[in-house]
Amino acid sequence: MKREFVIFLIKKLAKVLFTVWVVTTLIFFLIRLMPSNPIQQYVQNLVVQYGMTYEEASARASSLFSIDLDANVFSQYIRYLQQAARLDFGTSFLSPGVQVSEIIAARLPWTLFTVGSGLLLSFIVGTVLGAIAAYRRESWYEPIISGVSSFLSAIPDFLIAIFLILFFGVFTWGGRGSIIPIFQLRGNFSPGATIGWNWEFIGSVLDHAMVPILTYFFSQIGIWVLLMKGSTAGCLNADYATIARARGLRPGKILGSYIGRNAMLPIVTEFAMRLGFIIGGSLIIEQLFVYQGIGLELLKATSNRDYPLMQGIFLIMTVAIVLSNLLAEILYGVLDLRIRAKGGSRHA
Amino acid sequence: MHDAQMQLTKKSRFSRNLRKLGRALSQDPVGTIGLLILLAIIAMSTLGPLWFPLDEISNPDLILSAPSAEHFLGTDHLGRDIWAQVVSGGRELLVLAFLTASIAVVLGIFLGSFSALIGGKFDEALLFLADVWLTIPRFPLLVVLSGFFRLSSVTLAIVLAILSWAGLYRTIRAEVLSLKTRDFVEVSFMLDMSMLHIIFKEIMPNMMGFIAANFTLLMRAAIYSQVGLVFLGLLPLDQNWGVMINVAWNQGVIYNPSSIWFLLAPTIVICLLILSLVWISRSLEEIFNPGLQK
Repeated sequence: MKREFVIFLIKKLAKVLFTVWVVTTLIFFLIRLMPSNPIQQYVQNLVVQYGMTYEEASARASSLFSIDLDANVFSQYIRYLQQAARLDFGTSFLSPGVQVSEIIAARLPWTLFTVGSGLLLSFIVGTVLGAIAAYRRESWYEPIISGVSSFLSAIPDFLIAIFLILFFGVFTWGGRGSIIPIFQLRGNFSPGATIGWNWEFIGSVLDHAMVPILTYFFSQIGIWVLLMKGSTAGCLNADYATIARARGLRPGKILGSYIGRNAMLPIVTEFAMRLGFIIGGSLIIEQLFVYQGIGLELLKATSNRDYPLMQGIFLIMTVAIVLSNLLAEILYGVLDLRIRAKGGSRHA
Repeated sequence: MHDAQMQLTKKSRFSRNLRKLGRALSQDPVGTIGLLILLAIIAMSTLGPLWFPLDEISNPDLILSAPSAEHFLGTDHLGRDIWAQVVSGGRELLVLAFLTASIAVVLGIFLGSFSALIGGKFDEALLFLADVWLTIPRFPLLVVLSGFFRLSSVTLAIVLAILSWAGLYRTIRAEVLSLKTRDFVEVSFMLDMSMLHIIFKEIMPNMMGFIAANFTLLMRAAIYSQVGLVFLGLLPLDQNWGVMINVAWNQGVIYNPSSIWFLLAPTIVICLLILSLVWISRSLEEIFNPGLQK
């Protein structure tokens, strides 16, 4: 690796650390320093409702938030940062004794599974359709592809989810029942299934994940088509494309091996960036499908004022986004020789 | 072209840009449709409630009834007319989206143009901050904030505007950077005109279309967040389309397909509103994109 590239990497890593630090600090001050902050409220509540002494109540609060309330704010802050670095967010309010990190570890895979599959499928189908739309600009189907894509990319994802639920689970088509029984559109798997690596369970998981995945698919595909179409159009008249055409190669070969590859460059990085963002966007969709993922858990934590859980999940979401941004920037640096040569940032 | 622009008085440049905005929207079919839908929704939300007042009292005989001659979208879980709720449900959303976008645009213009015109360390630091800010997940942050503060609709508009500063800041900064080297801006720097004069009298009039396009996109983002938070029940609002979706969902309308319009109608109008905003923005961008004009 070149020296410039190492510097580039170090710069990006520093930015990642800075961002995570900003967010953890923000959360700390929200929880600890706001007037009538949750810790004070909790202590007050214990004193008033359970007749504890103030000392007992604050001892209980310290253990719950893993904050030493007697120490000054600065050393509390340092301790909090140390714990956050070890992903130790204390225990949940609602289920005392359960580590926040355990809850996150149990919920995150479900979200990654649905969001990841939806994103990957939409990326594959979208880039292929986008490349075709740009390559066959004169065809009758190009306006349809572009029109539907811009339509889908505009509509909020949770409204797409509502339409899909109605389409698959509620409306009856041609006198028969709905396409998918409505109970399959709620939860992660059927209540009767035994959890484990058996076919019945895997099938049930796939059945329940199908429409959420379709939601992510439809909410993202428009963006991929439009991006790929723009990117491909920019490559159509490049020298290598002209030469490939002059050599008399088949159109499919030209599109796939020459234009498509180059047009994919900026889009691959966009893929990495979106991964993080959709995890944040999964909140409403998981609520609609009662899908027990990280987004639904954050909602539950918020409505129950379960602050340790809230801060843990929010931090994990931020870390996911920051890491996928980092991945995108590294990919961009590796794939694009011009950036590597400069060794600098994209905004230079 | 630069000479012609310099000869124009500032006022006529401004009105010329306004005319250009109108012409742009009327010439492009997509923009025209978008504008017509938006105007129709605004008309419905302002004048509609006069003809279709909300049902104040519930009617136990008509709970979740199917569309009929009298209630042509059916009735809700308390037997009230759904069409009247659709008609009245847009005003608040539109006003708040407009408020959010206005605050955000002013913020973006100030930060973006100062950053570009001052340059140096100030510019670098702000750009870095914007980069960091953009990676913080916006919607989850709003959800978390709603756990700490009691957000009203107006405070939400302000919070949304502040949260969305970074995106607009970056685009406006880039736009101002490209305008900065144009003759008429350089001349006003040489004439030692004040920064505010340069921003608002020299640069802004030339960015009208660009700003209008971003304004509609900001409105879209504001509507998304508002409807989303309302649907999740994190925002107390009395009558809008998001509340309708929330209530319809929680009343289990999906198990009662005859009254499906309770859920479907607000969903469709929100889609129409957002599509109209996106289409207007797209057509504005196409007309004002200097790359396409040349």
